[in-house]
Amino acid sequence: MAEVKLAQQISMRDVFGEKLLALSRQDERIVALDGDLANSTKLDKIAENNPEQFLQMGIAEQNMLGVAAGLATVGFQPWVCSFAAFVVKRALDQITVSIAQPKLNVKMVGAYSGLLNGCTGKSHQSLEDMAIMRSLANMIVLAPADAVELDRMMAFANEYDGPVYIRVARDPLPVIFDSASYRFELGKGIQMRRGTDVTLIATGTQTHRAIEAAVMMEKEGVSAGVLHIPSIKPIDVAAIVTAAEKTKAIVTVEEHTIYGGLGGAVAEVLGEHAPVPLERIGVRDKNGESGSNDALLQKYGLTPWHIVDGVRRVLGRKKG
Amino acid sequence: MKPVERLLLESREAELRQLAKEIRRNVIKTVYHARAGHIGGPLSATDVLTALYFEVMNIRPQDPTWEGRDRFVLSKGHSAIALYCTLAERGYFSKDELHTFDEINSRLQAHPDMTVLPGLDMSTGSLGQGISSAVGIALGAKLKQAPFHTYCMIGDGESQEGQVWEAADIASKYALDNLTIFMDYNQLQQYGWAGSNGRVRQIPVLQPEARWQAFGFHVIQIDGYDMQQIVQACQDAKQTKGKPTIIIAETKKGKGVSFMEGDYLWHSRVPTDQELALAMAELEEGAV
Repeated sequence: MAEVKLAQQISMRDVFGEKLLALSRQDERIVALDGDLANSTKLDKIAENNPEQFLQMGIAEQNMLGVAAGLATVGFQPWVCSFAAFVVKRALDQITVSIAQPKLNVKMVGAYSGLLNGCTGKSHQSLEDMAIMRSLANMIVLAPADAVELDRMMAFANEYDGPVYIRVARDPLPVIFDSASYRFELGKGIQMRRGTDVTLIATGTQTHRAIEAAVMMEKEGVSAGVLHIPSIKPIDVAAIVTAAEKTKAIVTVEEHTIYGGLGGAVAEVLGEHAPVPLERIGVRDKNGESGSNDALLQKYGLTPWHIVDGVRRVLGRKKG
Repeated sequence: MKPVERLLLESREAELRQLAKEIRRNVIKTVYHARAGHIGGPLSATDVLTALYFEVMNIRPQDPTWEGRDRFVLSKGHSAIALYCTLAERGYFSKDELHTFDEINSRLQAHPDMTVLPGLDMSTGSLGQGISSAVGIALGAKLKQAPFHTYCMIGDGESQEGQVWEAADIASKYALDNLTIFMDYNQLQQYGWAGSNGRVRQIPVLQPEARWQAFGFHVIQIDGYDMQQIVQACQDAKQTKGKPTIIIAETKKGKGVSFMEGDYLWHSRVPTDQELALAMAELEEGAV
């Protein structure tokens, strides 16, 4: 059974910078496009060590995504990285028309995603990126749970020919995957714990908290499975349906609005294939604000204790 | 502009004029047949497209994805019909296919879709975006040290989009002298700012020359219907080193048909049978 060893924390953004540098050294198609945040996103690893494959686009995201599209048509693999809020929302029409519709080989990396962004507040937080990107035809949407998974997702994105969005967190996260054995497979979920009473379906930065919540529930005699979904789109319909049929109750967990992201996607799958009681743990129709990580998680209902409360609610509605 | 050294023989210039006329006729017929589509903007842009595809660009219509080809991005994607009629005339696909414009399953979408129609170097439609892609293509050519040239046509109306100036800034910062942008300066848009008579919707892009110069561009102003000037400007652009070029082509919406010229109502209007006949007569159908 997976348990979270909090001592092993690795910064996802550091891994992102190092990995992209390594990929760029093997693949001359890669060019990194920066919107003047390279020292925050860690794209500066490439600027400093492989400047020939680094392009400064300035604080102009709409143009940056359009330039990436043009570069892709002549054989490059642009990696556009900025804060998730700016990549996705500032340049959404550009992503739609210039990248997603023509299915161009552009990788979009939304750093500083979710709520925990180093006290930057609501303008810089990104609670809608998965919902928005998931709605675009041709777009693949990925949300890694730790540094190991991000590393493998980036390798996948490098090999895949088409647009990919990867949601990256700012702060260090517990390492929950074994680097030697972990394999990323597009569209596949990963069963982190098996359980019989309820399944927690989690993604990204919240998967480790879902595991913590499951461990807490075990002490109360509740057997909670945890299904991690790294690939928000395409999503693992079979694994979600199996979990619903087996445990007859689902709780989704994400650092994102409950509308249209993981919770929305799972609700769609359940509604079509396996209707069972569902609770969605995420930000509930609210904007974020500045604050410490702990304070934000507490106020917006994203702690393991909130997940446990969700489990209790869903079990109360479970039939039979 | 410098005194024009006549690059084109008079006979070639006459050929190009004739081709532009044929393309105009097909633009109007296409809109008439589809009962939809933009008409004024495409007629405005026709001569520059004709010069590019028949004289200036290094292309292989039978091998539309040839890697060494010059690229063209129609940033003012609303003028797709003009591009389709030019590509058809140049032999990229049969002119019969123009009849499918705007229909379901057609390769000739209302706005250019590179995923279905060979010969398109970029999908466009949402205004202000194509220029950034053209900048990306030219930047890619620089990085690869590929010798091809990238052309882009923008509208003066779409230049109200801030993205156009973001793109200009980057084209200039990366000294993209392998990029030539045409501004189809017809000074009309769909609705815009009413003029003194309440019907003339004038464009507010005042002094485009000064604006582009401020962004570090080599600026050339031409008559957008003078083939000699169009070809000469393209040559000047290719010879300019260290900065991108913009050619501000003075044009008219609805060019070639007296009752459409300069009238914003023809932004996207379908001609009646009588109007079609009049337009064709004005464009000397069948005459060489």
